[in-house]
Amino acid sequence: MPKASSRPSESLSDDALKSLYRQMWTLRKFEETLLQLSKDGQLRGSLHLTEGQEACPAGACLALRKDDAITMTYRGHGYYLAKGIDLGKVLAEIIGRENGTCHGRGGKMHIFDPEIGVLGANGIVAGGVPTAVGAAFASWIKGDDSVALSAFGDGAMNQGAMHEVMNMAGLWKLPMIFFCENNLYAEMTPLDRSSGVTEVHQRAAAYGFDGVKIDGNDPLEVYDTVCAAVEKARSGGGPTLIEAMTYRTCGHYQLDPGIGSYRTKEEVQEWKDKSPIIRFGAVLKKRKICTAKDLKTIEQEAADLVAAAKEFALAGPEPKPEDVSRGVFA
Amino acid sequence: MEMTYSEAVKDAIRMEMRRDTEVVMFGEDIAHHGGMMQVTKGLLEEFGDKKMIDTPISESGFIGMGIGAALRGVRPVIELMFFDFALVAMDQIQNQLAKTIYMSGGTVQLPLTIRTQGGGWKGAAAQHSQMLEALFVHVPGIKVVTASTPADAKGLLTSSIQDNSPVLFVEHKQLYGIKGEVPEGDYTVPIGKADVKRSGKDLTIFSYSYCVHMALEAAEKLAAEGIDAEVVDLRTLNPLDFDTVAESVSKTHRAMVVHDSHARCGIGADLAAQIQEKLFDELDAPVLRVCGLDSPVPFSGVLEEVMLPSVGRVVSTAKELVS
Repeated sequence: MPKASSRPSESLSDDALKSLYRQMWTLRKFEETLLQLSKDGQLRGSLHLTEGQEACPAGACLALRKDDAITMTYRGHGYYLAKGIDLGKVLAEIIGRENGTCHGRGGKMHIFDPEIGVLGANGIVAGGVPTAVGAAFASWIKGDDSVALSAFGDGAMNQGAMHEVMNMAGLWKLPMIFFCENNLYAEMTPLDRSSGVTEVHQRAAAYGFDGVKIDGNDPLEVYDTVCAAVEKARSGGGPTLIEAMTYRTCGHYQLDPGIGSYRTKEEVQEWKDKSPIIRFGAVLKKRKICTAKDLKTIEQEAADLVAAAKEFALAGPEPKPEDVSRGVFA
Repeated sequence: MEMTYSEAVKDAIRMEMRRDTEVVMFGEDIAHHGGMMQVTKGLLEEFGDKKMIDTPISESGFIGMGIGAALRGVRPVIELMFFDFALVAMDQIQNQLAKTIYMSGGTVQLPLTIRTQGGGWKGAAAQHSQMLEALFVHVPGIKVVTASTPADAKGLLTSSIQDNSPVLFVEHKQLYGIKGEVPEGDYTVPIGKADVKRSGKDLTIFSYSYCVHMALEAAEKLAAEGIDAEVVDLRTLNPLDFDTVAESVSKTHRAMVVHDSHARCGIGADLAAQIQEKLFDELDAPVLRVCGLDSPVPFSGVLEEVMLPSVGRVVSTAKELVS
């Protein structure tokens, strides 16, 4: 597939563009808060942050409707935030509280909110991709025009389930968007030591649909590309594999420094300079949509949203021990 | 009316597809070919190719897609051609399907039924003969249902399809041809209820699926020798109807378990443990087991006969139990 020929982003209003910028900041502030909660001992287990990859979820989810389905990975906080999940409830979930989205049963790797099409973050690499393709399958069976998007990393491209469902999505021309955040490393192993095919988008050809490689640090390019894929999917044109080039400027999880054994300080710094938030802020300034002060105000708005969410979450009750078996079955 | 087990399974699917437009079936060779066991023959013609869907040979993929479809208003009935093939799809079944409702905090329903068939005595060898039910009882989140008669097959499969949680409905190669009376029209048997298939006072033989017939045949032979065996068909393995188990053990005070899957960590091991934990004072003897031996299912007919349980082994174990 050629890169999006039309640029629906050109018709986004100034407010929509500011909102997109705020969305990226909300994710960044949200993750900074999670990291702090982890350091304070208020957040259990490992934490997989997505610093540097904010343009992908913000741009992709802007192209989706509320009734479209998404699945994501354990590094997928940005997707359910951008899809419109309640910030307080999801933060409560991530610290295991009863007033969380999943009543503290799921936690940060397993976020569900079916009302807005969030069909699960997942702890298994590529584990949730079949769920999203199943949602697209449901649209195909029922003949409705909702689509599904699954976001995953380049590591997921080497799992069997991924290829089984790419094959079926191509076979039935399901309304599906495979959205690969290619951050160049599968956990700590670089792509060129994981596969002989380092151009991820080329794999779509094996299943008879389009693959496209884009700048995943440009939220407008992400938005335009996903818009094109969504339009194609809604009109029966089948799936698209989008390879969005990006970079995780933090570690794989909170205790991984992210440099040393597998990446140099210089490489990480180079990508920090290409941070999608900084880049998009510069665009807004250049297009005279925001002043430097406006940008600062938007950042603060995002921080305030997250602070309120944190307050709500920390005030939430712990689940009751006697309810441990509740919800094994419907 | 009298019908085969196979026809009863089809009757349940057909009735549910007619009653509920959300029911969709998919799996390998199920539509145009009518299924490896021919259970779904004719359903494509009645319901069309958006309700009866042939899939590629991708068990992980299509079971995983069933999850997404079930979360989006479809009620999938998935045929898994052989029980053994569940092992190809274990991440999707155990990590995803079994845990989705719980991980969501009970905020989603997951109405999905996997129909499959296991069992030996067909010369199908190690990868096409397994009964793996214990693996799916061990990991919480999936209801595991078996049926030993055509009527139970119709009633329990109907309940399975109507259930809003994932159900693994386990059929058996040796059962498809057996005949029995099956109620016409709407008919359900509740999930989670065992059934006393033969009443007796000297010992209880707990079993399920095909081995119920082995237990009943053994009970007739024992009766000829003056031993009165009760045969309880557990039917649903998860959730387990322990009330019926307790009632029977409290009556006979002697219990054994018969199944064709392996002994170690099997349903019999679990049932024996639960009986001893909860009903120790009722027991006059240890709980015994007649199971598949702990080897893969052999190809050789001579070896398969030894590896799988037999009426003879059930009879001799029952005699040991009452002696």
